[in-house]
Amino acid sequence: MWSLLITSNTQWVFFSTMMLGIAAGVIGCLSYWKRQNLMSDALSHAALPGVVIAFLLIGEKNLLVLVIGAAVSAIIGAFSIQWITTWSRISEDAAMGMILAVFYGLGIMLLTIANRSFGGNQSGLDSFIYGQAASMVKSDVMTMLVLAFVVLLVVFLAYKEWKIFLFDPQFAKGIGLSIRGMSILYTSVLVIAIVIGIQAVGVILMAALLIIPAVSARYWTQSFRMMLMLSALFGGVSGLFGTLISATGKSLPTGPFIVVVAAAIFIISLILGKEQGVLLHYFQLRMQRKKANAIGTKERSIT
Amino acid sequence: MTYTAWILLTAALVGLSCGLIGVFLILRKTAMMADAISHTVLLGIVLAFLVTKEVSGPAMLLGGILAGLITALLVQWLQSLKVQHDASMGIVFTTLFAIGVILIATSAGNAHLDVQHALMGEITFIPFHTITLPLAGDIPMATALLMIVLFVVLFFIAAFYKEWKITTFDPALAASIGIPVAAMHYLFMGLVSVTTVASFDAVGAIMVVAMLIAPAASAYLWTDKLSVMLILSGMFGVSAAFTGYVIAAWLDTSISGSMAFATGIFFTVSFIFSPKHGVIAKAVKPAV
Repeated sequence: MWSLLITSNTQWVFFSTMMLGIAAGVIGCLSYWKRQNLMSDALSHAALPGVVIAFLLIGEKNLLVLVIGAAVSAIIGAFSIQWITTWSRISEDAAMGMILAVFYGLGIMLLTIANRSFGGNQSGLDSFIYGQAASMVKSDVMTMLVLAFVVLLVVFLAYKEWKIFLFDPQFAKGIGLSIRGMSILYTSVLVIAIVIGIQAVGVILMAALLIIPAVSARYWTQSFRMMLMLSALFGGVSGLFGTLISATGKSLPTGPFIVVVAAAIFIISLILGKEQGVLLHYFQLRMQRKKANAIGTKERSIT
Repeated sequence: MTYTAWILLTAALVGLSCGLIGVFLILRKTAMMADAISHTVLLGIVLAFLVTKEVSGPAMLLGGILAGLITALLVQWLQSLKVQHDASMGIVFTTLFAIGVILIATSAGNAHLDVQHALMGEITFIPFHTITLPLAGDIPMATALLMIVLFVVLFFIAAFYKEWKITTFDPALAASIGIPVAAMHYLFMGLVSVTTVASFDAVGAIMVVAMLIAPAASAYLWTDKLSVMLILSGMFGVSAAFTGYVIAAWLDTSISGSMAFATGIFFTVSFIFSPKHGVIAKAVKPAV
């Protein structure tokens, strides 16, 4: 294992999954406050047909091209969900579930064709389902790093606008901030954060990396800035350690391990967290009860 | 029966039972719960396999039902701790699913269960695993399982038809006249899990979501009556299964993927042409 760690390519892979976790953690906070946690799940599944189509078109596994394909099909998925909910009486969660499953089905259809025409599983596209960080090469790593950096930059440069957009849309309208523009920007960064993760984490579990760190961070702070930082930290740690654990075994999928690390952080936050953590909540309740009892007995002794 | 006939029968059974259950998923606005349960059922099946060391119907069914109910309970519990509803769903199912995949990849890897199979289903292998039943003779195990599940689903829908109707459309009224709303919720989640487990072998974890949601959503655009919606949704489910098979045979590709895709076609047609709720109807006669 240690010999694996010191080869420079693996170091880059670790670095890139860490950056991926950081970017996903930050974007996850935006989704958390937009109350669209499961949208990332729908969009990551919807990315699959795009990946396969891009592969069929160029005939080789170039991450940048596949990521563009993934982004296009995820955006089509996002628009479809919006059309269905605005034009019919189907609720948003039904529309998301449907788009998720139908797009994924189409992806599997195309994947079967791609695998057949390129001889067995030679295409290596199967790694996009569960994630296989070990299959990444230097150019893949670079693509991921650059895109993750772009996402982070967009969030931090427009930090104030995001805050207004998420917490006070009425005020945003008042000061002339385009809600429509911000929504488009939001969907774009969300899609980028999802598609850069598809190779390392896979389309099925990518949503976890956007949801879990943000919810965990919520247990430690009331401030949005702090939540972004913590969520980024939790995401980065999950990405790094998940990849590390999966690298110890031969051809273990990366995605599930990253998710399990994130879930462990969530459970710790849930129990120990200083905002509404289970343990603290329990002690507060007990203290209040004791105080109430004490006051009760005092009152009784007076009368 | 011939090989193709068995496959078509199995597919039709999946379409029918999923279509029926899906109606209540749509009306109760818990569609994403189907997504969550279909993922966690994998963990239940893997654990059942690790305990019994065999791929047997009853153990898998039990494991799947337990996993489904545990998912529902965990989501409810996280929600009671003030986690947003959809976030708690996202946390629970991705985590349990990840554990399932890890277990398959590390311990059950070379057995009958493999990740690929669990996720995509392999309906083409179904006719090879037969069991002998009295009266019916040799029939594929998965098909027999689906028949039993369809009967269970039909029984529960018919037996508590009025209760389903009231708890679905007016939970407050249901509670006030003494219907155990929470118990009905978990019974329903149990039914969703049973249907998912039984369909698992045929269409896999994610395509079952398409089968559960899309036919019912399409039917919802055609009618306002629960009984009609149930019949329509069942019909759409079966037709989508057949259409999917034809597409798969034509393109020589994954049958389960094509079936999921076919449910999308049915929905698109309903979405555009439905006389009351379709896009064309709305464009022609806006603002009702």
